[in-house]
Amino acid sequence: MIYLDANASEMPRPEGEAAMLAALRLVGNPASVHGAGRAARRIQEEARESLARLFGGDPARLVFVSGGTEANVLAMQGLGAGRRVLVGATEHDAVRAAAPAAAVLPVLPDGRVDLAALRDALAGGGPALVCLMLANNETGVLHPVAEAARLCAAHGALLHVDAVQAAGRLSVSLAELGAHSLAIASHKLGGPHGAGALLLSDMAAGLLRPIWRGGGQERGWRGGTPPVAALAGFAAAARAAVDEMRATEARLAACREAIEQAALALGATIAGAAAPRLANTTCLVLPGRGALGQLMALDLAGFAVSAGAACSSGKVAPSHVLQAMGVDATLGSGAAGQAIRVSLPWNVRQADVSAFIAAYSAMVTGKRPA
Amino acid sequence: MRVMRILAAMSGGVDSSVVAAMLHADGHEVIGVTLQLYDHGAALGRKGACCAGQDIHDARRVADRIGIPHYVIDAEARFAADVMAPFAASYAAGETPVPCVRCNQSVKFRDLLTLADELGAAALATGHYVRRAEGPAGPELRRARDAARDQSWFLFATTRAQLARARFPLGDMPDKGAVRAMAARFGLAVADKPDSQDICFVPTGSYAETVRRHHPEALAPGEIVDAAGTVLGRHEGIARYTVGQGRRLGLNDGRVVVRIEPAARRVVVGPRAEGRRVVRLAEVNWLIDAPLAPSPASVKLRARDALRDAMIVADGADGALVTLSEPALPAPGQACVFYDGDRVLGGGFIRRDDA
Repeated sequence: MIYLDANASEMPRPEGEAAMLAALRLVGNPASVHGAGRAARRIQEEARESLARLFGGDPARLVFVSGGTEANVLAMQGLGAGRRVLVGATEHDAVRAAAPAAAVLPVLPDGRVDLAALRDALAGGGPALVCLMLANNETGVLHPVAEAARLCAAHGALLHVDAVQAAGRLSVSLAELGAHSLAIASHKLGGPHGAGALLLSDMAAGLLRPIWRGGGQERGWRGGTPPVAALAGFAAAARAAVDEMRATEARLAACREAIEQAALALGATIAGAAAPRLANTTCLVLPGRGALGQLMALDLAGFAVSAGAACSSGKVAPSHVLQAMGVDATLGSGAAGQAIRVSLPWNVRQADVSAFIAAYSAMVTGKRPA
Repeated sequence: MRVMRILAAMSGGVDSSVVAAMLHADGHEVIGVTLQLYDHGAALGRKGACCAGQDIHDARRVADRIGIPHYVIDAEARFAADVMAPFAASYAAGETPVPCVRCNQSVKFRDLLTLADELGAAALATGHYVRRAEGPAGPELRRARDAARDQSWFLFATTRAQLARARFPLGDMPDKGAVRAMAARFGLAVADKPDSQDICFVPTGSYAETVRRHHPEALAPGEIVDAAGTVLGRHEGIARYTVGQGRRLGLNDGRVVVRIEPAARRVVVGPRAEGRRVVRLAEVNWLIDAPLAPSPASVKLRARDALRDAMIVADGADGALVTLSEPALPAPGQACVFYDGDRVLGGGFIRRDDA
């Protein structure tokens, strides 16, 4: 199987694996007073310091959680109290479902949030919490988050940034963005499942309230014994990803370019191609071919890719991201249900990319690859 | 035996699970697919529950156990348009629909065979109890070996082109017990799962509520009258009646529904013996060359009805005229399926007199 679904779960990084295996051998609860507890706590705090440094935060204001969804929900529940919530139309379900009554910020046809609409929305009422993702999981499109942050600051609004897809792939810094909170997830940057973090600004730290308090872990922001080994793997994977970021980005961009040129020649359209995007992600819309049929054909040929919105049942629904970008009008009715996402893992090989191009071509033309 | 890539329609029940396991054991490359036909959470009135029910979960676990790929296909919009809406409209028009036939016709055999084409699969296998035999003039549809389980009546609308690629591995099973035993041998957790009941998309058992959502007028009160127009009582909606029905009339004198008049919302009753011999059919599917002269056949007017002697003849582009040897009370909307012994010759939907 050739794995090209890094945005669902990034290929594990060996540094993360090694750190996790070492930590798994330890006994001890980081909340315990004895030596074993101190050893576990040391691993946890080293991971916290490492991640805070990598993503422009302060370790004293970094909350470990179970993953991206919890990080987003914790920020939105904590910071959204008493505020109007404004959510980008192409946000992940983790964010959209956390604020079902939120006002939706439209995106431009290239997938980037409409800053004029954001400005109008901010001018139109009381204190607000704005939630935007740095990089879109389906298209890789990068929102102009720094500009959005300036608008938010000018209107006294809080800004929560979902950096789950961007972290480890782009330079991401809570401080430089001027955001109030930032969500990241371990398995999206090559660490294990089950760990994530919410980085908070000084002001946001004062506002945050726990969803559950439990034993008061994480400075009272998030109860429960942390998965120490997962946190060790999370931090080690993040260090490796950030260290190699520039080189990886250049390599993946070249691979993606090859895929996109081939797909375009076969009649596909690339969603969000006009916007700055993550280097590893491409969203290929193939007119008249349902996303699930494409996924099945590629899966059976040994390629793991994905379609926009797979729900827990496994069914594939039309992509709300592409619908928000208006592809049903620009690319034809039903186009939002005709896209697959190819997201290259950090260690993709040139041969995998060539094989994918051959399989995609065979799927489109109906001919078996030679 | 030629090894093929086969699409297996898996409902999550024991029958289709065994089909997938049998074909896999025979060496075929089996691809499991489950249709998500409607929102189970909504159907059960559970807000926020997953759209997928236990059956989809079961199908995935069976596929995992067998070791085959499995996919869930969102057929909600298609099912709503091609099965549920016509189901409700049919009741509102005074008919008694057969949604399972519509479902087999549309989302199952039409859409899944299209998917099979896209995936380069040679055949589509289902867990229906029916047999497919190679005859001199191509594939034939035959009744299942287990007469109690035979589902051929529900599959009359399968076209000859569809039949050519359909596979029904359970048609030769002696009985359900044998299928369950096979499921147990394959180690499938669904071996003891109870059979599904009634209409799948009304799990609460109240089909009237489903009809009411689309066509409230079909559940509006009206009169029960005799042939002369004498009012004998009131009813709570024509959708609660089918031709031939004796219950819910408040009469208990042997009279049954002989006709439903949707425009007037009247249910007309008469003696059971007051049947008809000529039945007109629409949307006829022939699995033989359409007979241009009246030909003898056995026909079945309801899923659980007995076979009746009749003469059948094609009538226009997609109609047929059936002349029963003894009068009967066929219900418009139901299927009339033609047999020659075990073989299905075709069938169609029973028309209303005014249609």
